[in-house]
Amino acid sequence: MTTEQAAADAPVIHDTYRPSGRDRAFGLIQRHGATAVLALLLAVGSLAFDRFPTGENLGDIAITSTFPAMVALGMTFVIITGGIDLSVGSVFALGGVLAAYAVRWGTPAALLVPLVVCGTIGLVQGLLIARVRLAPFIVTLAGLLGARGLLLSISHEGATTYLIPHGSALARLGQGRLLGLGYPVYLTLALFVVGAVLLQRTGFGQAVYAIGGAEDAAALMGVRVTRTKIIVYALSGTLAGLSGALNAARLSSGVTILGTGMELDVIAAVVIGGTLLTGGAGSVSGTIAGVLLLGVIQNLINQIGDLSSSYQQVVSGAFLAVVVVAQTYLSRARRM
Amino acid sequence: MSEAAVALPRPAGARVLTWLQNYGVYAAIGVLIVVNIGITPHFLSMENLRTQLVQVAPIVIVSLGMALVIGTEGVDLSVGSVMALATALLPLYLGYGVGPAILVALLGGVAVGLVNGSLVAFVRVQPIVATLALFVGGRGLALVLAGGQLKDVHNAALLDLGSSSVVGVPLPVVVAGALTLLVAGVVRRTTFGRQLVAIGGNRTASVLSGLPVRRVLLLVYVLSGLLAAVAGVLATARLQASDPSSLGLLMELSAITAVVVGGTPLTGGRVRVLGTVAGALLIQLVRATLIKHDLPDSVAQMVQAVIILAAVYAARGGAGR
Amino acid sequence: MTVTKPEDRRPPHDDAPVLEARDIVKRFTGVLALDHVSLSLRPGEVHALVGENGAGKSTLIKVITGVHRPDEGSVLLAGRPAGFAGPLDAQRAGVQAVHQEIGLVPDLSIARNLLLGREPRRALGLIDSRRMHETAARTLTSYGVRVDVRLPLRSLGVGAQQMVALARAVSVDARVVIMDEPTSSLEPREVDTLFGVIDRLRDQGIAVLYVSHRLDELYRICDGVTVLRDGRVVHQGALADLDRLRLVSLMLGRDVAKVRAEGVTRFSGAHEVSGEPVLEAHGLSSRYLLDDVSLTVRSGEVVGLGGLLGAGRTETAKAIAGALPLDAGRVTVAGLSVRRGSAGAAVRAGIALLPEDRKAEGIVPTLSVRDNIALAALPRLARAGVVSDARIDRIVDTFMKRLRIKATGPHQPVAELSGGNQQKVLLARWLATEPKVLLLDEPTRGIDVGAKAEVQALVDELAETGLGVLLISSDLEELVEGSDRVVVLKDGAVVGELTGDELTEEGVMTTIAQGVS
Repeated sequence: MTTEQAAADAPVIHDTYRPSGRDRAFGLIQRHGATAVLALLLAVGSLAFDRFPTGENLGDIAITSTFPAMVALGMTFVIITGGIDLSVGSVFALGGVLAAYAVRWGTPAALLVPLVVCGTIGLVQGLLIARVRLAPFIVTLAGLLGARGLLLSISHEGATTYLIPHGSALARLGQGRLLGLGYPVYLTLALFVVGAVLLQRTGFGQAVYAIGGAEDAAALMGVRVTRTKIIVYALSGTLAGLSGALNAARLSSGVTILGTGMELDVIAAVVIGGTLLTGGAGSVSGTIAGVLLLGVIQNLINQIGDLSSSYQQVVSGAFLAVVVVAQTYLSRARRM
Repeated sequence: MSEAAVALPRPAGARVLTWLQNYGVYAAIGVLIVVNIGITPHFLSMENLRTQLVQVAPIVIVSLGMALVIGTEGVDLSVGSVMALATALLPLYLGYGVGPAILVALLGGVAVGLVNGSLVAFVRVQPIVATLALFVGGRGLALVLAGGQLKDVHNAALLDLGSSSVVGVPLPVVVAGALTLLVAGVVRRTTFGRQLVAIGGNRTASVLSGLPVRRVLLLVYVLSGLLAAVAGVLATARLQASDPSSLGLLMELSAITAVVVGGTPLTGGRVRVLGTVAGALLIQLVRATLIKHDLPDSVAQMVQAVIILAAVYAARGGAGR
Repeated sequence: MTVTKPEDRRPPHDDAPVLEARDIVKRFTGVLALDHVSLSLRPGEVHALVGENGAGKSTLIKVITGVHRPDEGSVLLAGRPAGFAGPLDAQRAGVQAVHQEIGLVPDLSIARNLLLGREPRRALGLIDSRRMHETAARTLTSYGVRVDVRLPLRSLGVGAQQMVALARAVSVDARVVIMDEPTSSLEPREVDTLFGVIDRLRDQGIAVLYVSHRLDELYRICDGVTVLRDGRVVHQGALADLDRLRLVSLMLGRDVAKVRAEGVTRFSGAHEVSGEPVLEAHGLSSRYLLDDVSLTVRSGEVVGLGGLLGAGRTETAKAIAGALPLDAGRVTVAGLSVRRGSAGAAVRAGIALLPEDRKAEGIVPTLSVRDNIALAALPRLARAGVVSDARIDRIVDTFMKRLRIKATGPHQPVAELSGGNQQKVLLARWLATEPKVLLLDEPTRGIDVGAKAEVQALVDELAETGLGVLLISSDLEELVEGSDRVVVLKDGAVVGELTGDELTEEGVMTTIAQGVS
């Protein structure tokens, strides 16, 4: 480019929009609200309950959050493209049942089968959404039913619960610990690091953001919209399947009734983590904070003891409402 | 650039799709009934018809509200949680009599609708997100109210709602039928109903035409909440128990399915009340048929998935995108 | 800021055109949008493409960039058939379009928008953010934009965003840059920066096709000009040889000399004006769009709003109808103040707006003719919220007959009607509310000749019944003959008002050409 020499004589534009105090406050809530509240709750919990800050309890929070976190990772990608994946709860349960079913052929098969089947379900959904241009909401709603149906047919209508033998490699993978944390926790952390790099440092990640921000503009800028969308849904299905498989390994069985309503909880965690449901903005780190926040709230409510665990849902619903109002207000203020 | 849009003769394929979109659901029901008469023993027995209709009544009632919401280009995910809330509230107030208890349960639904509607109409939150908050929080609240417990309901007057009949027709079915007529009347014959579909069809034009857009949206979500609460009360009476942890689970998805299969486009601007009822009936009928012939629930779910996709595919083709 | 004057410009680098459109014909469902249009751009030339709405500018740009395939004719790039499969293909070949609605992603950072798809990489093919930010900052500085490139694009002002779009377009080996109304939302300072950039493009031998309605700008920056009207080229040549009045008359399709002799619209002429102001607008102002616009419409009077595209006519009408957020200003109807920023309040006060964009802002495509007509008047056709079918039928029947709406019946979906009949449906929707003021924004655009005459006659008739009418029309003849008075807008401000003998097409054109806001 040879345009630099003329820089001197052109009038300079410094003009950036300066957000008002209120806009900035809402912006902070949206992006870092989950992290801040999480830190606050950790501090309060540590002061209030002796049993809260113990390694064992924190390890507990980590392992119970790890399975929704994996699902939420895939969901984050989907939502940033402006889509939604309602099938993840069913696919998660399907992954578990498939793993427990396939363990008879060995541990590699027990991991591979759910990954392939669930990834394929995601792929098909992606094709219907990106190529046939059906609404993501409806396609994945059908996917929810279809995956649940598949699961029921494998488990003889839920009558058979396949067990994962104790001492098998798969069970060890799900139940083993290192430095007080379960193996799946490390895997999840690794996946989130990979996810963050993918999202921030690769062309694919740029495409994901661009599609959610302005699909038509993205297409004009050379982004491969169809391919990116298909990959995103395939990824979401694969991660849900993997999460389900590892969860089954931890529980030593493929429990058929898991995952009902999980999709909306996961979406809630992603949104609390600052990802806009309208697409185009969000982060993987926010999603971790969102999932952990819900996990910590649940744990604290358990600590209180006589309090019903249902308060967790009430609190997260209320928190979700606050985040959503902040997001909406913000995106409108910025559009001006 | 205003390229004058000239109405072109549409190809036969598109006409077939349009027809399927509009009447496919009725045709499918007809076919299923005929097939069932042929292959299912006792299909036409009173007993079987009663069972089918009683089972479908709550879904129909919830779907009616959902159809109104979808007509405005919205969606209400909180309906299942509203049913849970209603069932949780009932036993708490039965001490004051059935009337007050039901009133409180219905008010619970209205309150949820007010929150949803305010978020959508005034804060302008996307409907799917706005109602997600109460989807999560609503059931939690219900469980907190109920102390997380399943409670048997023994109040005779309330149980009567679930078991009594009017000239042989079970009361829940009567209520569902009456509400269907009412909602159809509202859509067709009231200012509110006409404004509702106009808002879904073209919001900008509605604003420019001076329609009270926000008020209408608020009311739509309130109605959806109210109808879901009615369904919750009826379901409680039929089950003879208040179980907020499971009542209404996945109801939002069933209702959306019924509405979409019934030919109401997710893009709004049209509400097909009878189609919605037919959509709910069709899904119930498919499921019942499969179960009667020992085809398992798994197949029923997968068939339902295919029906949904077929319905939206037809809608997409018929609308010409 | 130095912008070379047209006469000082050195001749284009070489004479072979870099881009050529030859005898382009494009039809849309039988309507001729482009009728044998030819255009050629030489390297280093800045060429103006002008014409009113519907003249075919957008279609031509779309044909050039491969969005539409021409029915006849061809597009040549450096002498070879281009045959672009789409805008992306055109971009890769070096033909870049920068549109009014900026084709960037607002939520992505400035740097990412600038470099999307061409990010500097390091090991493993990962994006090197540091280098990306450096490159972006350096590039943008040369465009006079000095900002933190890590911020989201939306934090920039519109002008700076436009500059980013331009920088992106130019930095991918551009040979031709098409700018569609690039200055419509720029501040004067930003326009200077843009022109500096265009001068630089000129020096680099890049051809620029510049679409704008701002005459001052055209004369500042462009060498050649192509004037389109009704899909045909009506003039092509050096801009310096064309004076402003002549340019305006070419765009509006009115020959200055011929204008006086004719008069063939269906308007009857002057109306009985009662003298009572029914609509008064005071100091309507909205950033970038309107600057202190005031006007009065009396009962029985038709007031025209003149001006070129983008002068603020539509915005004025929308502001009066409560559909445009205002920074300042007041509207009264029959002496009563109307609540600002509420379309509902405006409708209740008796203001009716027939919008310019029928499809997006007028008809409800999912509803029937009947429901569309009854829409705005529903509250008065209902008792206790229940609508009376009989009353609706009566009113729908009345207006379908009175406006001669051609439909198979009241229940036909409105989307199936022709443009003219849709327009009549919208007019009926408003007449059913018995308004006091009718704002008509391009009421006859895109409808056939017969329907046009009917609508014009109707406007007359309505004014005679005592309605105040504000008429916006790009059809100068229609504007002059239909109006009792014409208020001329330019760049969002009132630059003149013509009545009586001054109210001629020439008068309006002169005011537009010379008016200073």
